[in-house]
Amino acid sequence: MSKKETTYSVNQEVIEEKEYSTLNLGPTHPATHGIFQNVLKMDGEIIHSAVPTIGYIHRAFEKLAERRPYAQITPITDRLNYCSSPINNMGWYMTVEKLLGAKIPKRAEYHRVIIMELSRIADHIICNSVIGVDTGAMTGFLYIFQWREKIYEIFEEICGARLTTNIGRIGGFDQEWSKKTWDLIDTFLKEYPKGLKEFSNLLERNKIFMDRTVNCGPISAEMALSYSFVGPNLRAAGVDYDVRVMNPYSSYEDFTFTVPVGTQGDTYDRFMVRQHEMWQSLSIIEQAIKKMPEGPMHADLPDFFLPPKEQVYNNMEALIYHFKIVMGETDIPKGEVYHCVEGGNGELGFYLISDGGRTPFRLHFRRPCFIYYQAYPEMVKGIMLSDAILTMSSMNVIAGELDA
Amino acid sequence: MELLEIVNNKLKEHFHGDIESAELLYDYPVFTIQKDRIHDVLKFLKEDEELNFHFLTDLCGMQTADEKHLGVIYHLHNMPKNYRIRLKTFFDINKPEVATATDLWPAANWMERETYDFFGVKFKGHPNLKRILNVDEMDIFPLRKEYPLEDQGRTDKKDEMFGR
Repeated sequence: MSKKETTYSVNQEVIEEKEYSTLNLGPTHPATHGIFQNVLKMDGEIIHSAVPTIGYIHRAFEKLAERRPYAQITPITDRLNYCSSPINNMGWYMTVEKLLGAKIPKRAEYHRVIIMELSRIADHIICNSVIGVDTGAMTGFLYIFQWREKIYEIFEEICGARLTTNIGRIGGFDQEWSKKTWDLIDTFLKEYPKGLKEFSNLLERNKIFMDRTVNCGPISAEMALSYSFVGPNLRAAGVDYDVRVMNPYSSYEDFTFTVPVGTQGDTYDRFMVRQHEMWQSLSIIEQAIKKMPEGPMHADLPDFFLPPKEQVYNNMEALIYHFKIVMGETDIPKGEVYHCVEGGNGELGFYLISDGGRTPFRLHFRRPCFIYYQAYPEMVKGIMLSDAILTMSSMNVIAGELDA
Repeated sequence: MELLEIVNNKLKEHFHGDIESAELLYDYPVFTIQKDRIHDVLKFLKEDEELNFHFLTDLCGMQTADEKHLGVIYHLHNMPKNYRIRLKTFFDINKPEVATATDLWPAANWMERETYDFFGVKFKGHPNLKRILNVDEMDIFPLRKEYPLEDQGRTDKKDEMFGR
């Protein structure tokens, strides 16, 4: 499978004859952490060009959503970026709440912030430890992955699920968090800094790690913007764009945190931005717990909250609501909204058009992975194959989000 | 409200008559542009010094409720000033052609391919307009309303049974 290409000089004299070899990387290559196919044209070990093929796990979410009542779309959002499902859930709830014009109590919003920051930490743990693995440092991965497990235990305590959480409701949360949840969060906040410090010591100033990652797959700020990069990848290139600061949602304006930025946009910067974001997330969670206001856990939206069982059995009104909610017969007002949240990978947007029925007329997910993965061929041109693997894992391309 | 007026005045000045509507939907100013001028408007918005919508947040397709028209929706963003606007353009479903935005933003490439894949919108001037998420052999455009999600031959799930 090789093709001959001849380079001619101005006077049409053959100066070089080169053979490129074609390498099929993927679809299920163990080094790509997901189903990605890249047909690479190789010059020895240098990549001449890459053609990505995507869509291997396309599940037609946008079409599915057109037949589902609003509450039943939440499980679909779980499966976009499955490393940080709660952020997707919350983003979806906020989109619907915006359409309904619902006023969410501060207490519920603070709880959401805690959930979202925990899942951001989980997301960054996966990405950063996998960068370590791809440079050959398995140790960091093995040590820090237990903290992701601790975060999943917290999710499990709140909603019963670990990975695809479907956490909370449109309007807030169905119930107060249990004491055990708070204990788990407290333990996590106390112990995790030690674990993260250990991980930082292993990699951040490690000579071998730095040699592998510094200047590996760099992208300039201009190019990153023109390719609509968002999130840690854009910030690594030096643009301080963070939706939490730019368009605060869910009371993010109440918290003080810094937005880390890089300068080179290379793998090392992307790694470092994520490292620092984890520290910031920890600080946000601590602030949220400290400032936690009193009040109800959900907005006054009877259409989306199952009434207490006691009332369902004894009260006609409650029975009707129960039936309507379970059958998904709740009509949503007409309208058109776009709402975005800062997901693990950056601006995750929901563009929702409602024609007043029980299901959306059109729902489009702005999936950050899908948009910035198209810059990948440009980024890996002229670098080594092993660096291309590293670039991909540092971009944190999640197959579920890429393929919808 | 202010942003809506700023952009509307600018657009009216340069593209009088091509702006079909300008309104504020929730927190977003929304403009509907004639399909022949959409590329010029995007180019103008990107290059204008004051507005400078340098970031293409999102591009997606849609079908209107009467099922006779398709649309393309652009979300633009000016990060330093934090301006966000939405542009729409609609055209006949039998002649779904609109100019590409790939020359303005390379990011539009895959988003336009996705729109083509699901709605069959042909972006004129696109460098590589082929299916992206679905298989190449597919001969329908699945997000169009004429392709219902469930088998419509089923009788146990008729809407009237549920009072819809």
